[in-house]
Formats: sequence, structure tokens, C-alpha cells
Amino acid sequence: MNLIEQPPYGLSHNEKAPRLLHELKALTEHHRQACPAYARVLSAEGQWESSDANDLAQLPWLTVPLFKQRELRSIPDDAVFKVLTSSGTTGSVPSRIFLDNDTAKRQSQVLVRIMQEWLGKQRRPMLIWDHPSVIQNRASFSARGAGIQGLSFLGRHHTYALHDDMTLNLEAIRTFHKRFAGTPVFMFGFTFMVWRYGLQALQAQEIHLPFEDAVLLHSGGWKKLEAEAVSARIFNETARNQLGNLSVHNFYGMVEQVGSIFVACEHGHLHCPSYADILVREPGSWRVLPHQQAGVLQVLSVLPTSYPGHSLLTEDRGRILGEDDCPCGRTGKYFEALGRMAKVEARGCSDTFENAGGSQ
Amino acid sequence: MATDQVTAAFAKSLGLPESDITEHLAYGSIKEWDSTAHMVLIAELEDVFDVMLDTDDIIDMSSVAKAREILRKYDIKC
Ligand SMILES: [Zn+2]
Repeated sequence: MNLIEQPPYGLSHNEKAPRLLHELKALTEHHRQACPAYARVLSAEGQWESSDANDLAQLPWLTVPLFKQRELRSIPDDAVFKVLTSSGTTGSVPSRIFLDNDTAKRQSQVLVRIMQEWLGKQRRPMLIWDHPSVIQNRASFSARGAGIQGLSFLGRHHTYALHDDMTLNLEAIRTFHKRFAGTPVFMFGFTFMVWRYGLQALQAQEIHLPFEDAVLLHSGGWKKLEAEAVSARIFNETARNQLGNLSVHNFYGMVEQVGSIFVACEHGHLHCPSYADILVREPGSWRVLPHQQAGVLQVLSVLPTSYPGHSLLTEDRGRILGEDDCPCGRTGKYFEALGRMAKVEARGCSDTFENAGGSQ
Repeated sequence: MATDQVTAAFAKSLGLPESDITEHLAYGSIKEWDSTAHMVLIAELEDVFDVMLDTDDIIDMSSVAKAREILRKYDIKC
């Protein structure tokens, strides 16, 4: 069996772990053969021989900034189907992620399989808590635009809730509400945008538009909101006050691993799907930390064959809360994300790998 | 004829002449049929055949022949 054929949240540790290790070792070998730049990083780092890894912690990983510094791909020029870019901060070099037809297809398949768990198979009318030019302006097709576009095919009757100046497009929202309040709908946006320009604006103007059956998926960290003392509980309560019967799910994912997303269940726990996993490492020593301890998140995914992004050390902090025993009943590891690493930690970690790869 | 409607929907959505729409034409095999065009195509097929395609259908619709197979599932003759 291949993990990609499995349902997203149905495998126990004993079913998933050996299979995942096997597939990730095979991917490491594949990329070592197919991507010379990747092979150089591994050999510079020395201790990494994936063939003798006997658990996930021993697999090699790359850091996310490496995709800015190097062209990392495991396919020839003529097989490139699409290049995803994420600029991060203004002025910085964007990451470039090279997709072939197969990898792009697997990403969509897995995204659909995960999202069906939360949305059902139907494509629901979709309200997007953003403004339409985020996707129209192709020149600055941001991670935000790519995220919206990537999820759009799960919906229909796409409606943007904000004007270009980030004020509420009340006419559009009211029209959408009038037409679809009684049917299942799908709402999507980035956490901070949904809060600041959506929920807070509705609240300030005392606008209540109750939907009977809505799912709000939002992605992005809580950091900006925590600065305003807005917890997930306050966010969800406000959403329900303004918009009615809403189930709200945050999710965590990155451009470097499109498709492998981690969606929060009704208990607010981010769940690893069958196709992906999480490790937490201690900054500096980079040893794997036990459950409950906070450190840097490493994300593993069985999807990427066109670029060596199957094992990545992120710049985000988090901690694993448990495995196979979330009260929601879904199997797999579940965790919480705790925002970006402090700058000093982040620099330490990318230095390690700049040195490692510097001999080319 | 219904057969022509599928071909016409593909031609219109992908911006290609009908003569280029063969049964084996596959998603991602030409630059005209990318993920953006795919969504235009889905909307066009839903419109022409008055059908609601679900997320599985969108993922499965990997070629022109496969599109016909999916539409037939909804009792559409094509
Ligand atoms: Zn759960």
C-alpha cells in the first residue's frame, strides 16, 4: 500500500510509521540521484546516510531558506509544469519550488482528500475573506494569492468579501448571504485578515449575517492576534456571533509542501494526515524532542518527487500534543504551532546549512 | 450532438481549435490546460450540461475521455 491511497486520518502509529519511513527513505534516495545540489548538501553534512535510517528522526532534512539560495529540483527543464514562489518578506529572494505534472497532481489529490474530511465532497458556495486583486495581479502573485487559488477549486460561486482597500464589501457579502445562508457554504481566508478586516469590522458595525451551515477554514499564525490577546476561543466565538452556525478550522501548511496541510480539529489540535508528519527539534542541538516539549517544527511529506522538499526544517515553533489519542477520534500525531522562531535561533539554523552546502 | 458539446466546451475553455481536442488530450500535457484553465473548463461543463461536479470529479478529470466518463455517471449522453 502507498500512503497516498489511504484515507487522511485512519492509520494508527503502527500502520503508518514503517510505511512513512520506507517512502521517505526512497524519496531521499530519489532526490540524491536526481538533484546534484541536494546530493552536495547531504554529502557536505556527512553523517546522513538515509539507507541506514531506522526512524524518522535520522532522515536528512533541508532548511526552508535553502530553496531561496539554490535551485533545487529533481526534474529536467522540459518537465517543469509550474514554479511556485514565496517571497516572504519584501525585498528578499523568493523560494522557488519546481513542480512537474505528477507532483502537482498528487498535491491536488491529497488536498482534496484532506479537505473532503472537513467540507464533504460537494463544492460549496465560497466566500473569500480577501480582496479580488490579490489573485488578479499576476505580477505579484503572492503566497496569499496562490493559497486562495489553490483552494478555489473546492468551491463555487466565488465571492470576495473585501474591497481593494480592505473594507467590507457589504453588498457582495449580503448578496452571498441572501442566496446561500440556508445551504452549506465554505469560507476561507488568512487568519489575520479574517479577524482584522472581516470579523472585527462586522462587529464594529454590528452586522450579523447568520449562516446555517458554514465551514470557515483559515490559515496563518496566531502571533499577530496574540499580540492583541485574541485566542482561538475568542476568534471562534466572534465568528459565530457575527456569522451564525460556523465550524472554524485553522490550518498550517507551507508553499514548500503544498497539499500536505495540517488542519485543526474541533478541539483546536492540528492533525497530521496519513501523507505527512511532524518532528520537533531543539534549536542548536537539533535533537528530536519528546512530545509536549516546544521546539522547531520539521515537516515531512511523501508528495514531492520533482523537488527535494520531503523533509524540511521550518522556521516555526511548535509542540506535539499526542498521537492517535485526540478526543476527536482521528489518528495520527496532533500538535500546536507556536509562531515564528526568534531571529537569532533562525539565523543559527540557516548558518549550519549554508556552511554544510558551501563546498560546491 | 452531445459529443460535439464536450469538444466545444474543451476548445472554448482551453482556447484551442476543436481539431486539437482529441480523446487522449491530458491535463497538464499542454500549457493551455493548466490548473486555472481546468477551473474554467469545469464551470463550462457544469453550465453546458447543467450538472454539479464534485471535488472527486475535478481531480479525476485527467483527459477528454475521462471527462466523458464522468459526465456519463450523471446520465449525460456524450
Ligand atoms: Zn483532534
